[in-house]
Amino acid sequence: MHNVYIYIAVVALVTYAIRVLPLTLIQKEIKNTFIRSFLYYVPYVTLAAMTFPAIVTATDSIWSGIAALVIGVLVAWISGNLFLVAISACSVVFLVELLIL
Amino acid sequence: MRKKTESINRKQFRRGLRTGIPISLGYLAVSFTLGITAKNAGLTAGQAALTSLLVNASAGQYAAFTCMAAQSAYLETAIIVAVTNARYILMSCALSQKLPATAKLWHRLVIGFNVNDEIFGMAIAEEDKLNPYYYFGMMAIAMPGWALGTFLGTGVGNILPSSVVSALSVGLYGMFLAVIIPAAKKSKIILGVVVLSMAASYALTVLPVTAAIASGTRTIIITVVISALAAILFPRKEEETSA
Repeated sequence: MHNVYIYIAVVALVTYAIRVLPLTLIQKEIKNTFIRSFLYYVPYVTLAAMTFPAIVTATDSIWSGIAALVIGVLVAWISGNLFLVAISACSVVFLVELLIL
Repeated sequence: MRKKTESINRKQFRRGLRTGIPISLGYLAVSFTLGITAKNAGLTAGQAALTSLLVNASAGQYAAFTCMAAQSAYLETAIIVAVTNARYILMSCALSQKLPATAKLWHRLVIGFNVNDEIFGMAIAEEDKLNPYYYFGMMAIAMPGWALGTFLGTGVGNILPSSVVSALSVGLYGMFLAVIIPAAKKSKIILGVVVLSMAASYALTVLPVTAAIASGTRTIIITVVISALAAILFPRKEEETSA
């Protein structure tokens, strides 16, 4: 039997090291255009890849997931308000599932 | 001068708290389901909440709980969690460039405690450099939500109706969309990058050869390849890059 608290400590330390090392080791501004450009694009690629197709399969029905994606993109395009986009996506899932499930 | 900085920092902290409210609510729902996984792995509600408070990573914790359930070796658990969380290396690199020159070492040490998809997304969406206190504000409200949701998920299990859990589960994706879509509206290059990333993510999910790759690893591959391509084809000029 392994100890739960040792597991937790191992997981916490590994995760902290991964996050804190780049933050503390890279103190200066990077001058290299390629690396700067690369890091500029990273968040958009990561967030886009994590959102699709995961959003479609996150709910109980694929249709409510698709509805969440469409409404989320529309509301984000028009308003860009974080809270509004999240609430709209959640509400449309609830409504679609109320109708079809 | 010092007084002025302090009052700015306080304002930024409060702004971070406000931004963090929807994040915290989304976390509450997501970590609730994570808590159920922890329960299945044999953890108590307190142990599960402690893990959430110390780790703050959805996929990473899911992998960790799965390892615990299987009684995996500590080293194996460490490697699996490192791979699942490897995308945070890229995020932390990006954040290191977003911090102002005035950011202190302890600011970096605290921020490093909670680099994750949602807070990172909000931090990187800042027009100017990132004020560490704005980040602290988001942390201060998001972390309790994450830990509390895990605690409740482990403790009381399926108390929420499944229709509510289902609806809440897209909240975090909604937040991601709120970061990438307005940027894509402003720049055709980012629009192309977003569409290509989603297409690549879909392709890797359904293609038989790549479908077996864990989703965290898929995200890393897509991020490195597409960001590098975009950086080669559309390098950012000096003055644009700070935006």
